[in-house]
Amino acid sequence: MSVEVRIPTILRTYTGGEKAVHGNGTTLQEVLDDINARNPGLKDRIVEAEALRRFVNVYVNDEDVRFSGGLNARTADGDVVVVLPAVAGG
Amino acid sequence: MFGLTVRMHGVRRAITPNVTAVLMIAREHVDAMIGHAREDHPDEACGVIVGPEGSDVPTRLVRMINAERSPTFFRFEPREQFALYKEMSTTGEEIVVVYHSHTATEAYPSRTDISLASEPQAHYVIVSTAESGASAGPVSLRSFRIVEGAVTEEEIHVTE
Repeated sequence: MSVEVRIPTILRTYTGGEKAVHGNGTTLQEVLDDINARNPGLKDRIVEAEALRRFVNVYVNDEDVRFSGGLNARTADGDVVVVLPAVAGG
Repeated sequence: MFGLTVRMHGVRRAITPNVTAVLMIAREHVDAMIGHAREDHPDEACGVIVGPEGSDVPTRLVRMINAERSPTFFRFEPREQFALYKEMSTTGEEIVVVYHSHTATEAYPSRTDISLASEPQAHYVIVSTAESGASAGPVSLRSFRIVEGAVTEEEIHVTE
């Protein structure tokens, strides 16, 4: 068992085209570090200066992590993390 | 320029050769985007047209809330965007068109549009209500690909 991380189209260049990758960790931070080890550069597109990027939304089991601890949000085997870039512009 | 200039009596389309990218779109969707842009003027309106994954065919228009409620910026309301994501995961759809309006400037991607573009598979449609505002009158509607900071305008084929 591990945590499934769903990757948006724009970041699939980091995962060899895979729509989802798996990682281990008890927090979102640990999971992102783990998947970044096999998909270098991926984490930098989600995290900046030790915080989530402003225009990237991340959900753990349908919960927006901005309201549940950010990178310290708890994760467990079987959880699903969704990375969803904000659709925005000017 | 090879977008649409919509006049009172229909659509005039310029045909430009050497254009490889094309957006095929139903007239009802064009009308719906323009209607939405007029309704929300002077704030920017935004939404998507989704379609079967990999089809490049926009079939279902979904208006999105502009969480910024601003004349110069738009951002999909995050919960609404996540709900749409969940729904598309179930139905096997993806975003084919991302549309938004410019209410004081031309229908061309702004620097912010380019830097925040995050749907490389999508056609980015921009409707400008700068000329006529919320009332009936000329509106321009153009379509672009925005991939890794590069903007490519594309021709629009309206289907009846």
